[in-house]
Amino acid sequence: MLQALHKTGLVFFPAFDWAIDPTHPEREERLLYTQDQVTEEGVFDISGIIEYKPELVTNQDIRRAHFCVPDEKTVTTESHLISAGGAKAIADAVLNKEVKSGFALVRPPGHHSMRISHGGRGFCHINIEAIMVEYIRSQFGVKKIAVIDTDCHHGDGTNDIFWHDPDILFISLHQDGRTMYPGSGFPDELGGPNAKGSNLNIPLPPGTSTEGYLYVIKNCVLPVLEEFNPDLIVNSAGQDNHYTDPLTNMNFSAQGYAKLTSLLKPDIAVLEGGYSIEGALPYVNLGIILAMAGLDYSGVIEPDYNPERLKQSVSITDKIKKTTDIINSYWNQRNKLRQKAGSVGELAVRHREIFYDTDNIFERQKEKVRICRDCGGCFEIDSTATPGHHILAVHIPINACKSCIEAGYKFFDQADKSKFNKVVLQDRTKETYEIK
Amino acid sequence: MIIGIDVGGTHTDAVLLRSNGIEKRIKVPTDPVDLFNTILSSFTRLLDNIDPKKIERIVISTTLTTNAIVQQNMDPVGMIVSAGPGIDPEAFRTSEHYYCVAGSINHRGREKAPVNTMEIEDIAKKLKKAGIEYVGVVGKFCVRNPSHEIFIKRIINKHFKKVFLGYRVSGNLNFPRRIATTHLNTAVFSLHKSFFEAVKNSLEGKGLTAPIQILKADGGTMTLESSMSFPGQTVLSGPAASIMGAIPYAPADQDAIVLDIGGTTTDIAFLVDKAPLLEPVGIKRGQYKSLIRSLRTESKGIGGDSVVRVIDKELIIGPDRHGPAMAFGGPDPTPTDALFVLGLMNDGDQKNAQKGIEKIARKLDVTDKEAADQIFKKCCTVILKKTFEMIDKLNSKPVYTVHEFLEGYKISPRKILILGRPAPYFAKKIEELYHIKTDVVPEFSVANAIGAALARTTCEVCLNADTEQGIVTAHEEDFAESISKTYSEDDLIETAYTLLKEKAINSGADPDDLDEVEVVELQKFNIVRNFSPRGKIFRTKTQLKPGLIKGFEKVLQ
Repeated sequence: MLQALHKTGLVFFPAFDWAIDPTHPEREERLLYTQDQVTEEGVFDISGIIEYKPELVTNQDIRRAHFCVPDEKTVTTESHLISAGGAKAIADAVLNKEVKSGFALVRPPGHHSMRISHGGRGFCHINIEAIMVEYIRSQFGVKKIAVIDTDCHHGDGTNDIFWHDPDILFISLHQDGRTMYPGSGFPDELGGPNAKGSNLNIPLPPGTSTEGYLYVIKNCVLPVLEEFNPDLIVNSAGQDNHYTDPLTNMNFSAQGYAKLTSLLKPDIAVLEGGYSIEGALPYVNLGIILAMAGLDYSGVIEPDYNPERLKQSVSITDKIKKTTDIINSYWNQRNKLRQKAGSVGELAVRHREIFYDTDNIFERQKEKVRICRDCGGCFEIDSTATPGHHILAVHIPINACKSCIEAGYKFFDQADKSKFNKVVLQDRTKETYEIK
Repeated sequence: MIIGIDVGGTHTDAVLLRSNGIEKRIKVPTDPVDLFNTILSSFTRLLDNIDPKKIERIVISTTLTTNAIVQQNMDPVGMIVSAGPGIDPEAFRTSEHYYCVAGSINHRGREKAPVNTMEIEDIAKKLKKAGIEYVGVVGKFCVRNPSHEIFIKRIINKHFKKVFLGYRVSGNLNFPRRIATTHLNTAVFSLHKSFFEAVKNSLEGKGLTAPIQILKADGGTMTLESSMSFPGQTVLSGPAASIMGAIPYAPADQDAIVLDIGGTTTDIAFLVDKAPLLEPVGIKRGQYKSLIRSLRTESKGIGGDSVVRVIDKELIIGPDRHGPAMAFGGPDPTPTDALFVLGLMNDGDQKNAQKGIEKIARKLDVTDKEAADQIFKKCCTVILKKTFEMIDKLNSKPVYTVHEFLEGYKISPRKILILGRPAPYFAKKIEELYHIKTDVVPEFSVANAIGAALARTTCEVCLNADTEQGIVTAHEEDFAESISKTYSEDDLIETAYTLLKEKAINSGADPDDLDEVEVVELQKFNIVRNFSPRGKIFRTKTQLKPGLIKGFEKVLQ
């Protein structure tokens, strides 16, 4: 009789009746074969593996992580609320210590959704990990959290949401942005002035295999994690690094994903992308579940797996080693970089343009953040998007210092309401979301 | 007239029913070492002065298989298991003669690695040498494509008395459970066969020629002939018999709880609009998990004869039973003795019961009456607590579609139906404590035998269509047909119902009872590759619901 070494929670929500559109990769069928494999393996019968039912996230949950424009209801469907609610249910199970760790196998994904969401980008409407992380911080008072994004696409949404937050270590490993959507996630994208180095972006060359991927984990991610010493580790477990994925060009394997999981030891894993739904997902998901539960996963091998064919070239290995060295040196200089970013009380300004490929929206942002050494700093974002929405979003971080709280309210009070459709204040210290 | 017999762990109950009422009812102690004799003597007593030609239907529920499992009294059999990628199948080892072999089928039913004929022949030799007569063969994803199992059977068939194949067990996915279930069928086959052949011969000797039906764990029946392929399905038919006996008294369009309070345990089950809830996958008892369709029941180790103790000033009831209540000559105080002290029961040795409860009262430092009342109350609370836990669990069952999530049915029972010997006393107390309408099932002491007698045939059919591969299959039924791209949901359901009705008739269903069919699951998916639709996958599960046969409604008035 199989017995999990670590009690493991699973939320399985394949949303069998929801698709972006009938032929879109983010479709009903996506987790069908995964469900077949997991059911046939009898995973839910293993003693110590507990299946949880997803919840439905509320507007309050969404408003901790997002400014939805024009509002939450327009941006989301029920499926998004359940998907984020699946992550939330796992968070509850883990933080209430019912299980040691948990995996939310849910769809649709969320890691391309930024703090301001005008609609769908990269198949994502709301950021399910960010909503979960903010829920955990508010509900359980956890301070330091690491989010490791192993999806093949840069987790630019999560990166954006925690850009200014020194308490959240965000690391994204992804296929090089020069060859892959969304085209960002380069090593010098290190976070805002108050949080330099708490965002690490590790681009990997196309053709990276299991060997190269695990090299980065062992030589960069694990040492950084050890130093950051988080209270909780979250894994955005995208599965599109797989050698059979139709949208990417990597050579990762089910065994690699399982090893990655046993090295990273995430408290919570949340499914992100992965579109090789027959050849990869059934095996990768099974491997991750077994690894989390501390069970033998050595037999989880794709039927057509051929390590010889997937071997990476020497030049790829060299490139990966170089990138790892660069990232490590940025990490070691993080305090210096923050000092250099400006002096306390100054406002750092950033202009950005964001394209929403799924919903065909174009957004311009002007962001002002208060430079601060005591907290992540309050900020305001002036956002205009093509359908005509114009908002001013003010954010006060959860651990904000007194000066940043005051400055945040000043942003909000001084905003000229007539210039915007909406002026919104997200005060995380008081859990409020005020609209004027 | 029809006969229903339920051979339980302690008692055997039997009834002879006419369409207008109960002709005879008997209750005899079960002889656990000679079930055959127990059954036969029950028949002799039932048929006293009755013309055997008038018996049209016989339904038997026994603990034969259950006992064989509990006492580890099963034949050593061989198992050949082919897994492919995934969890090491060694983890599901059933017995000494268990062989994991090459060969792999994937989740779409495509062959990924072939069977190795030499390997199988070699294993067959070893099994034969070990004196094995029966073999089970199970492949991962065989319900999507059973060709490997069939091929292996062809290689080894001539060497063994009977070979059981995993894909015939159920259309549901779950490889470890399929291994356990196939092993059970293989291991109890010879016991089941010799037992029921003996029963059949003896009954024929008595002039009974009506077909014998066997009760299954899902509260339905199957013919003796079809039970030979799936003898494991007779396991735990006892609790099912009682629940079926409660159905006529359940409210329509409402949920109800059924409590069967026995000597050692209380069985808890639920009825929704007069239909019992089923286990989603199959019978589960502790570590033992199977694909055997079953009513959703749980047993709590508390009953009329449970031992009552005081540990650290706290009253503990059960889960063990050391014999009958002290009022009936048993060694330890029991809830039944408490009922004596409370003046509710009086058909035994009042003094002995009093003596038992006195011991408890002294330890609790209260009067005998107070102690008895506490024991009685505690029994009710423990049983109801367990019941409410089950309801919570049922209502938090995961769902896999947005629609189900939003429309999910929540069960909220408004009524309790109680059976078993102490039923009337418990009914009153529970209603008093919990304010839930609680009824005693009429004829509660033989309701299980009535349930068995009136249970109709049940069965299930899983059907998968894959228009990309151009095939619709129900391998469990040995059904496969090619289909075109335009195959629709309606076509699927029509085929499923046709197969279901055919299966029901073959398992002994009355053609009049075939209208209670329903679709349990229905899913459809577009197959999309490289942004273009390639076809559709349809899946459905249909069943003939558990329920009672027609024409005997009056018996129950």
